[in-house]
Amino acid sequence: MGAQLRELRARVKATKSIGKITKAMELIATSRIAKAQARVEAARPYSSEITTALSELATAATTLDNPLLTERENPRRAAVLVVTSDKGLCGGYNANVLRTTEELLALLREQGKEPVLFVIGAKGVNYYRFRNREIAASWTGFSDQPQYVHAREAGETMVKLFLAGADDVGDSGGADGIVGVDELHIVYTEFRSMLTQTPQAKRIAPLEVEYVEEGEATSAPQLRSVYDFEPDADTLLDALLPKYINTRIYAALLESAASELAARRTAMKAASDNANELVQTLTREMNQARQAQITQEISEIVGGADALAAAGSDE
Amino acid sequence: MAEMTVELVAVERRLWSGKANFVVAQTTEGEIGILPGHQPMFGQLVEGGVVSITTTDGEHVGAAVHGGFLSVTADAVRVLAESAELGEEIDVEQARQQLSSAEDETERAKAQARLRAAGQKA
Repeated sequence: MGAQLRELRARVKATKSIGKITKAMELIATSRIAKAQARVEAARPYSSEITTALSELATAATTLDNPLLTERENPRRAAVLVVTSDKGLCGGYNANVLRTTEELLALLREQGKEPVLFVIGAKGVNYYRFRNREIAASWTGFSDQPQYVHAREAGETMVKLFLAGADDVGDSGGADGIVGVDELHIVYTEFRSMLTQTPQAKRIAPLEVEYVEEGEATSAPQLRSVYDFEPDADTLLDALLPKYINTRIYAALLESAASELAARRTAMKAASDNANELVQTLTREMNQARQAQITQEISEIVGGADALAAAGSDE
Repeated sequence: MAEMTVELVAVERRLWSGKANFVVAQTTEGEIGILPGHQPMFGQLVEGGVVSITTTDGEHVGAAVHGGFLSVTADAVRVLAESAELGEEIDVEQARQQLSSAEDETERAKAQARLRAAGQKA
Protein backbone atom coordinates (compact mmCIF):
# COMPACT_ATOMS: atom_id res chain seq x y z
CA MET A 1 0.00 0.00 0.00
CA GLY A 2 2.68 2.48 1.04
CA ALA A 3 4.73 1.60 -2.05
CA GLN A 4 1.79 2.27 -4.37
CA LEU A 5 1.23 5.66 -2.79
CA ARG A 6 4.84 6.65 -3.28
CA GLU A 7 4.76 5.54 -6.90
CA LEU A 8 1.63 7.55 -7.61
CA ARG A 9 3.16 10.61 -6.01
CA ALA A 10 6.21 10.33 -8.28
CA ARG A 11 4.01 10.01 -11.36
CA VAL A 12 1.93 13.05 -10.43
CA LYS A 13 5.12 15.06 -10.00
CA ALA A 14 6.53 13.93 -13.35
CA THR A 15 3.27 14.63 -15.18
CA LYS A 16 3.06 18.08 -13.63
CA SER A 17 6.54 19.02 -14.78
CA ILE A 18 5.83 17.75 -18.32
CA GLY A 19 2.64 19.81 -18.27
CA LYS A 20 4.67 22.89 -17.29
CA ILE A 21 7.02 22.39 -20.23
CA THR A 22 4.24 21.87 -22.77
CA LYS A 23 2.34 24.85 -21.41
CA ALA A 24 5.43 27.02 -21.78
CA MET A 25 5.93 25.81 -25.35
CA GLU A 26 2.29 26.54 -26.10
CA LEU A 27 2.67 30.10 -24.84
CA ILE A 28 5.88 30.66 -26.78
CA ALA A 29 4.28 29.37 -29.98
CA THR A 30 1.23 31.56 -29.41
CA SER A 31 3.30 34.69 -29.02
CA ARG A 32 5.38 33.87 -32.10
CA ILE A 33 2.41 33.18 -34.38
CA ALA A 34 1.36 36.81 -34.25
CA LYS A 35 4.88 37.82 -35.29
CA ALA A 36 4.99 35.23 -38.06
CA GLN A 37 1.63 36.40 -39.39
CA ALA A 38 2.81 40.00 -39.28
CA ARG A 39 5.81 39.00 -41.39
CA VAL A 40 3.55 37.30 -43.92
CA GLU A 41 1.58 40.56 -44.08
CA ALA A 42 4.73 42.68 -44.32
CA ALA A 43 6.00 40.69 -47.29
CA ARG A 44 2.73 41.07 -49.18
CA PRO A 45 3.27 44.56 -50.70
CA TYR A 46 6.48 43.47 -52.41
CA SER A 47 5.05 40.29 -53.81
CA SER A 48 1.95 42.01 -55.17
CA GLU A 49 4.06 44.81 -56.69
CA ILE A 50 6.47 42.38 -58.30
CA THR A 51 3.55 40.39 -59.71
CA THR A 52 2.06 43.55 -61.24
CA ALA A 53 5.45 44.52 -62.65
CA LEU A 54 5.91 41.05 -64.09
CA SER A 55 2.57 40.99 -65.88
CA GLU A 56 3.30 44.46 -67.29
CA LEU A 57 6.66 43.26 -68.53
CA ALA A 58 5.27 40.04 -69.92
CA THR A 59 2.80 41.98 -72.06
CA ALA A 60 5.49 44.40 -73.20
CA ALA A 61 8.31 41.97 -73.91
CA THR A 62 8.74 41.11 -77.56
CA THR A 63 9.49 37.47 -76.98
CA LEU A 64 8.37 35.25 -74.18
CA ASP A 65 10.98 32.60 -74.78
CA ASN A 66 12.70 33.08 -71.45
CA PRO A 67 13.64 29.59 -70.23
CA LEU A 68 11.77 30.20 -66.98
CA LEU A 69 8.54 30.67 -68.91
CA THR A 70 8.90 27.96 -71.52
CA GLU A 71 7.53 24.51 -71.05
CA ARG A 72 10.22 21.92 -71.89
CA GLU A 73 9.25 19.44 -74.55
CA ASN A 74 10.43 16.32 -72.84
CA PRO A 75 10.82 16.91 -69.10
CA ARG A 76 12.95 14.19 -67.54
CA ARG A 77 13.96 15.52 -64.15
CA ALA A 78 12.00 17.62 -61.67
CA ALA A 79 13.37 19.35 -58.60
CA VAL A 80 11.17 19.32 -55.51
CA LEU A 81 11.76 21.72 -52.62
CA VAL A 82 10.25 20.42 -49.38
CA VAL A 83 9.70 22.86 -46.52
CA THR A 84 9.67 21.15 -43.12
CA SER A 85 10.47 22.32 -39.59
CA ASP A 86 13.72 22.05 -37.68
CA LYS A 87 12.14 20.90 -34.44
CA GLY A 88 9.43 18.40 -33.70
CA LEU A 89 6.61 18.65 -31.15
CA CYS A 90 4.30 20.18 -33.70
CA GLY A 91 1.76 17.43 -34.22
CA GLY A 92 1.21 16.21 -37.75
CA TYR A 93 2.90 19.23 -39.39
CA ASN A 94 5.93 17.44 -40.80
CA ALA A 95 4.10 14.18 -41.43
CA ASN A 96 1.54 16.04 -43.56
CA VAL A 97 4.16 17.85 -45.62
CA LEU A 98 6.12 14.67 -46.17
CA ARG A 99 3.00 12.74 -47.16
CA THR A 100 2.09 15.38 -49.75
CA THR A 101 5.67 15.24 -51.00
CA GLU A 102 5.50 11.46 -51.39
CA GLU A 103 2.31 11.85 -53.40
CA LEU A 104 3.96 14.45 -55.64
CA LEU A 105 7.04 12.26 -56.09
CA ALA A 106 4.88 9.29 -57.05
CA LEU A 107 2.99 11.46 -59.54
CA LEU A 108 6.22 12.76 -61.07
CA ARG A 109 7.60 9.24 -61.42
CA GLU A 110 4.36 8.17 -63.08
CA GLN A 111 4.86 10.95 -65.62
CA GLY A 112 8.33 9.62 -66.28
CA LYS A 113 10.17 12.41 -64.47
CA GLU A 114 12.93 11.64 -62.07
CA PRO A 115 12.51 13.72 -58.87
CA VAL A 116 15.47 15.55 -57.34
CA LEU A 117 15.03 16.45 -53.67
CA PHE A 118 15.85 19.76 -52.02
CA VAL A 119 15.00 19.96 -48.33
CA ILE A 120 14.55 22.82 -45.90
CA GLY A 121 14.34 21.92 -42.20
CA ALA A 122 16.08 19.27 -40.10
CA LYS A 123 13.03 17.05 -39.81
CA GLY A 124 12.78 16.55 -43.56
CA VAL A 125 16.52 15.95 -43.82
CA ASN A 126 16.32 13.25 -41.15
CA TYR A 127 13.32 11.64 -42.81
CA TYR A 128 15.08 11.20 -46.14
CA ARG A 129 18.46 10.38 -44.69
CA PHE A 130 16.94 7.60 -42.58
CA ARG A 131 15.41 6.13 -45.74
CA ASN A 132 18.71 6.44 -47.60
CA ARG A 133 17.20 8.73 -50.20
CA GLU A 134 19.43 11.12 -52.02
CA ILE A 135 19.11 14.83 -51.14
CA ALA A 136 20.54 17.24 -53.70
CA ALA A 137 20.86 20.08 -51.18
CA SER A 138 19.43 21.01 -47.81
CA TRP A 139 19.19 24.11 -45.64
CA THR A 140 18.43 24.05 -41.93
CA GLY A 141 18.31 26.28 -38.89
CA PHE A 142 15.72 28.91 -39.82
CA SER A 143 12.40 27.11 -40.17
CA ASP A 144 10.53 29.23 -37.61
CA GLN A 145 12.12 32.56 -38.55
CA PRO A 146 13.03 32.52 -42.24
CA GLN A 147 14.80 35.52 -43.77
CA TYR A 148 14.80 36.55 -47.40
CA VAL A 149 18.47 35.56 -47.74
CA HIS A 150 17.51 31.95 -47.00
CA ALA A 151 14.87 31.97 -49.71
CA ARG A 152 17.31 33.61 -52.09
CA GLU A 153 19.95 30.96 -51.45
CA ALA A 154 17.53 28.11 -52.13
CA GLY A 155 15.99 29.96 -55.08
CA GLU A 156 19.31 30.73 -56.74
CA THR A 157 20.53 27.15 -56.36
CA MET A 158 17.39 25.77 -57.92
CA VAL A 159 17.11 28.33 -60.73
CA LYS A 160 20.74 27.69 -61.65
CA LEU A 161 20.03 23.98 -61.89
CA PHE A 162 16.88 24.66 -63.86
CA LEU A 163 18.72 26.82 -66.39
CA ALA A 164 21.45 24.19 -66.65
CA GLY A 165 18.76 21.70 -67.59
CA ALA A 166 17.77 23.62 -70.73
CA ASP A 167 20.34 21.98 -72.95
CA ASP A 168 20.29 18.49 -71.48
CA VAL A 169 20.23 15.69 -73.99
CA GLY A 170 18.78 12.51 -72.52
CA ASP A 171 20.65 11.68 -69.34
CA SER A 172 23.80 13.57 -70.21
CA GLY A 173 24.44 17.14 -69.14
CA GLY A 174 24.41 18.66 -72.64
CA ALA A 175 26.71 21.48 -73.63
CA ASP A 176 27.46 22.76 -70.11
CA GLY A 177 28.09 19.28 -68.71
CA ILE A 178 25.73 19.82 -65.76
CA VAL A 179 22.73 17.57 -65.45
CA GLY A 180 20.00 20.06 -64.67
CA VAL A 181 16.29 19.80 -64.07
CA ASP A 182 13.31 20.63 -66.25
CA GLU A 183 10.79 21.59 -63.61
CA LEU A 184 10.79 23.15 -60.15
CA HIS A 185 8.19 22.28 -57.54
CA ILE A 186 7.71 23.37 -53.96
CA VAL A 187 5.85 21.64 -51.15
CA TYR A 188 4.97 23.87 -48.21
CA THR A 189 2.19 24.31 -45.66
CA GLU A 190 -0.41 26.94 -46.27
CA PHE A 191 -1.60 28.84 -43.22
CA ARG A 192 -5.39 28.89 -43.43
CA SER A 193 -6.21 29.67 -39.81
CA MET A 194 -4.95 28.94 -36.31
CA LEU A 195 -6.59 25.54 -36.54
CA THR A 196 -6.19 24.61 -40.19
CA GLN A 197 -2.93 24.33 -42.07
CA THR A 198 -2.89 22.49 -45.35
CA PRO A 199 0.14 21.18 -47.20
CA GLN A 200 0.39 22.46 -50.77
CA ALA A 201 2.40 21.26 -53.73
CA LYS A 202 2.99 23.89 -56.41
CA ARG A 203 5.04 24.18 -59.54
CA ILE A 204 7.21 27.30 -59.57
CA ALA A 205 8.98 26.81 -62.91
CA PRO A 206 8.22 26.93 -65.75
CA LEU A 207 6.24 29.83 -64.36
CA GLU A 208 2.60 30.51 -64.51
CA VAL A 209 2.28 34.12 -63.46
CA GLU A 210 -0.44 34.66 -60.89
CA TYR A 211 -2.43 37.63 -62.02
CA VAL A 212 -3.63 40.28 -59.60
CA GLU A 213 -7.00 39.37 -58.17
CA GLU A 214 -10.17 40.82 -59.66
CA GLY A 215 -11.04 42.97 -56.67
CA GLU A 216 -7.71 44.77 -56.77
CA ALA A 217 -7.69 45.02 -60.54
CA THR A 218 -10.87 47.11 -60.66
CA SER A 219 -9.33 49.84 -58.53
CA ALA A 220 -6.35 50.11 -60.88
CA PRO A 221 -6.68 52.36 -63.92
CA GLN A 222 -8.29 50.50 -66.79
CA LEU A 223 -6.00 51.98 -69.38
CA ARG A 224 -2.81 50.04 -69.78
CA SER A 225 0.11 52.37 -69.39
CA VAL A 226 2.71 52.38 -72.11
CA TYR A 227 5.95 51.79 -70.31
CA ASP A 228 9.39 52.96 -71.14
CA PHE A 229 11.94 50.31 -70.25
CA GLU A 230 15.45 50.86 -69.00
CA PRO A 231 17.17 48.61 -70.10
CA ASP A 232 14.87 46.90 -72.64
CA ALA A 233 11.96 44.72 -71.59
CA ASP A 234 13.61 41.40 -72.38
CA THR A 235 16.68 42.12 -70.28
CA LEU A 236 14.45 43.30 -67.46
CA LEU A 237 12.34 40.17 -67.67
CA ASP A 238 15.48 38.04 -67.42
CA ALA A 239 16.49 39.93 -64.28
CA LEU A 240 13.03 39.97 -62.75
CA LEU A 241 12.01 36.33 -63.17
CA PRO A 242 14.58 34.77 -60.80
CA LYS A 243 13.67 37.44 -58.23
CA TYR A 244 10.04 36.55 -58.67
CA ILE A 245 10.81 32.90 -57.97
CA ASN A 246 12.76 33.90 -54.86
CA THR A 247 9.76 35.90 -53.72
CA ARG A 248 7.49 32.92 -54.22
CA ILE A 249 9.84 30.73 -52.18
CA TYR A 250 10.12 33.39 -49.48
CA ALA A 251 6.32 33.62 -49.24
CA ALA A 252 6.14 29.83 -48.95
CA LEU A 253 8.75 29.87 -46.17
CA LEU A 254 6.84 32.51 -44.24
CA GLU A 255 3.55 30.65 -44.59
CA SER A 256 5.24 27.45 -43.47
CA ALA A 257 6.76 29.18 -40.44
CA ALA A 258 3.35 30.48 -39.38
CA SER A 259 1.84 27.03 -39.96
CA GLU A 260 4.57 25.33 -37.98
CA LEU A 261 3.97 27.58 -35.00
CA ALA A 262 0.20 27.15 -35.22
CA ALA A 263 0.60 23.37 -35.44
CA ARG A 264 2.94 23.45 -32.47
CA ARG A 265 0.52 25.54 -30.47
CA THR A 266 -2.33 23.11 -31.16
CA ALA A 267 -0.19 20.09 -30.34
CA MET A 268 1.17 21.62 -27.15
CA LYS A 269 -2.28 22.74 -26.04
CA ALA A 270 -3.54 19.18 -26.44
CA ALA A 271 -0.50 17.90 -24.53
CA SER A 272 -1.03 20.37 -21.66
CA ASP A 273 -4.71 19.48 -21.46
CA ASN A 274 -3.87 15.80 -21.36
CA ALA A 275 -1.26 16.38 -18.68
CA ASN A 276 -3.78 18.26 -16.54
CA GLU A 277 -6.33 15.51 -16.95
CA LEU A 278 -3.79 12.86 -16.07
CA VAL A 279 -2.72 14.79 -12.98
CA GLN A 280 -6.34 14.94 -11.89
CA THR A 281 -6.90 11.20 -12.36
CA LEU A 282 -3.65 10.30 -10.66
CA THR A 283 -4.38 12.63 -7.74
CA ARG A 284 -7.74 10.94 -7.24
CA GLU A 285 -6.13 7.54 -7.34
CA MET A 286 -3.49 8.74 -4.93
CA ASN A 287 -6.10 10.06 -2.48
CA GLN A 288 -7.98 6.81 -2.74
CA ALA A 289 -4.85 4.85 -1.97
CA ARG A 290 -4.08 7.09 1.00
CA GLN A 291 -7.62 6.79 2.31
CA ALA A 292 -7.48 3.00 1.88
CA GLN A 293 -4.24 2.93 3.82
CA ILE A 294 -5.71 4.99 6.67
CA THR A 295 -8.84 2.82 6.77
CA GLN A 296 -6.70 -0.27 6.91
CA GLU A 297 -4.54 1.12 9.70
CA ILE A 298 -7.61 2.09 11.74
CA SER A 299 -9.21 -1.30 11.28
CA GLU A 300 -5.92 -2.92 12.27
CA ILE A 301 -5.74 -0.83 15.45
CA VAL A 302 -9.40 -1.44 16.29
CA GLY A 303 -8.98 -5.12 15.54
CA GLY A 304 -5.88 -5.24 17.71
CA ALA A 305 -7.58 -3.45 20.57
CA ASP A 306 -10.58 -5.75 20.33
CA ALA A 307 -8.35 -8.76 20.38
CA LEU A 308 -6.51 -7.41 23.46
CA ALA A 309 -9.81 -6.61 25.20
CA ALA A 310 -11.11 -10.09 24.42
CA ALA A 311 -7.91 -11.64 25.73
CA GLY A 312 -8.15 -9.45 28.92
CA SER A 313 -11.78 -10.44 29.67
CA ASP A 314 -10.87 -14.09 29.42
CA GLU A 315 -8.52 -13.94 32.38
CA MET B 1 1.49 71.61 -56.75
CA ALA B 2 1.46 68.26 -58.47
CA GLU B 3 2.30 65.31 -56.34
CA MET B 4 2.71 61.58 -56.72
CA THR B 5 2.44 58.56 -54.50
CA VAL B 6 5.74 56.96 -53.67
CA GLU B 7 6.14 53.49 -52.26
CA LEU B 8 9.46 52.12 -51.14
CA VAL B 9 9.00 48.39 -50.70
CA ALA B 10 11.64 45.88 -49.60
CA VAL B 11 11.08 42.15 -49.71
CA GLU B 12 10.55 41.82 -45.99
CA ARG B 13 8.49 44.93 -45.37
CA ARG B 14 7.20 48.23 -46.71
CA LEU B 15 9.80 50.84 -45.79
CA TRP B 16 8.11 54.06 -46.66
CA SER B 17 5.05 55.30 -48.48
CA GLY B 18 3.61 58.73 -48.92
CA LYS B 19 3.21 61.73 -51.18
CA ALA B 20 6.23 63.29 -52.83
CA ASN B 21 7.27 65.91 -55.37
CA PHE B 22 10.55 64.52 -56.52
CA VAL B 23 12.37 61.18 -56.55
CA VAL B 24 15.95 60.46 -57.57
CA ALA B 25 17.23 56.94 -58.22
CA GLN B 26 20.08 55.20 -60.02
CA THR B 27 19.13 52.69 -62.67
CA THR B 28 21.58 50.54 -64.58
CA GLU B 29 21.31 53.09 -67.41
CA GLY B 30 22.16 56.07 -65.23
CA GLU B 31 20.74 58.43 -62.65
CA ILE B 32 17.13 59.44 -63.09
CA GLY B 33 15.05 62.18 -61.51
CA ILE B 34 11.31 61.77 -61.52
CA LEU B 35 8.74 64.54 -61.21
CA PRO B 36 4.98 64.01 -61.05
CA GLY B 37 3.53 63.22 -64.46
CA HIS B 38 6.63 61.40 -65.65
CA GLN B 39 6.23 59.05 -68.57
CA PRO B 40 5.51 55.53 -67.33
CA MET B 41 8.73 53.58 -67.13
CA PHE B 42 10.28 50.53 -65.64
CA GLY B 43 13.92 50.30 -64.70
CA GLN B 44 16.43 48.11 -62.97
CA LEU B 45 18.28 49.69 -60.04
CA VAL B 46 22.00 49.34 -59.46
CA GLU B 47 23.52 47.48 -56.50
CA GLY B 48 24.43 49.97 -53.82
CA GLY B 49 22.34 52.86 -55.04
CA VAL B 50 20.61 55.65 -53.17
CA VAL B 51 16.98 56.60 -53.65
CA SER B 52 16.12 60.03 -52.36
CA ILE B 53 12.60 61.31 -52.04
CA THR B 54 11.49 64.89 -51.48
CA THR B 55 8.11 64.75 -49.81
CA THR B 56 5.30 67.27 -50.28
CA ASP B 57 6.16 68.70 -46.85
CA GLY B 58 9.60 69.51 -48.16
CA GLU B 59 11.20 66.82 -46.08
CA HIS B 60 13.93 64.64 -47.43
CA VAL B 61 13.90 60.83 -47.21
CA GLY B 62 17.00 58.92 -48.24
CA ALA B 63 17.38 55.17 -48.51
CA ALA B 64 20.17 52.82 -49.45
CA VAL B 65 18.77 50.38 -51.98
CA HIS B 66 20.68 47.27 -53.00
CA GLY B 67 19.37 45.92 -56.27
CA GLY B 68 15.79 45.98 -57.34
CA PHE B 69 13.40 47.66 -59.69
CA LEU B 70 11.77 51.02 -60.22
CA SER B 71 8.32 51.33 -61.65
CA VAL B 72 6.88 54.72 -62.57
CA THR B 73 3.33 55.49 -63.62
CA ALA B 74 1.80 58.94 -64.14
CA ASP B 75 0.88 59.40 -60.50
CA ALA B 76 2.93 56.81 -58.64
CA VAL B 77 6.50 55.66 -58.16
CA ARG B 78 7.27 52.24 -56.75
CA VAL B 79 10.70 51.14 -55.69
CA LEU B 80 10.99 47.38 -55.31
CA ALA B 81 14.21 46.59 -53.51
CA GLU B 82 15.81 43.27 -52.71
CA SER B 83 17.08 44.86 -49.54
CA ALA B 84 16.86 48.46 -48.48
CA GLU B 85 17.44 50.67 -45.46
CA LEU B 86 16.08 54.05 -44.64
CA GLY B 87 18.71 56.70 -44.09
CA GLU B 88 17.60 57.43 -40.53
CA GLU B 89 17.86 53.73 -39.61
CA ILE B 90 21.42 53.34 -40.79
CA ASP B 91 24.11 52.93 -38.18
CA VAL B 92 26.73 55.35 -39.48
CA GLU B 93 29.58 53.94 -37.40
CA GLN B 94 28.87 50.45 -38.56
CA ALA B 95 28.61 51.59 -42.20
CA ARG B 96 32.01 53.31 -41.92
CA GLN B 97 33.50 50.13 -40.56
CA GLN B 98 31.91 48.19 -43.39
CA LEU B 99 33.45 50.62 -45.86
CA SER B 100 36.93 50.28 -44.44
CA SER B 101 36.76 46.50 -44.22
CA ALA B 102 35.05 46.03 -47.59
CA GLU B 103 36.93 43.53 -49.71
CA ASP B 104 35.35 43.78 -53.11
CA GLU B 105 33.77 46.49 -55.22
CA THR B 106 30.12 45.58 -54.51
CA GLU B 107 30.71 45.59 -50.76
CA ARG B 108 32.31 49.00 -51.00
CA ALA B 109 29.50 50.35 -53.18
CA LYS B 110 26.95 49.10 -50.68
CA ALA B 111 28.74 50.71 -47.75
CA GLN B 112 29.10 53.98 -49.64
CA ALA B 113 25.42 53.94 -50.54
CA ARG B 114 24.51 53.41 -46.90
CA LEU B 115 26.65 56.37 -45.85
CA ARG B 116 25.24 58.63 -48.55
CA ALA B 117 21.69 57.62 -47.67
CA ALA B 118 22.41 58.53 -44.07
CA GLY B 119 23.49 61.98 -45.21
CA GLN B 120 27.18 61.40 -44.57
CA LYS B 121 30.11 61.85 -46.89
CA ALA B 122 31.47 58.60 -48.22
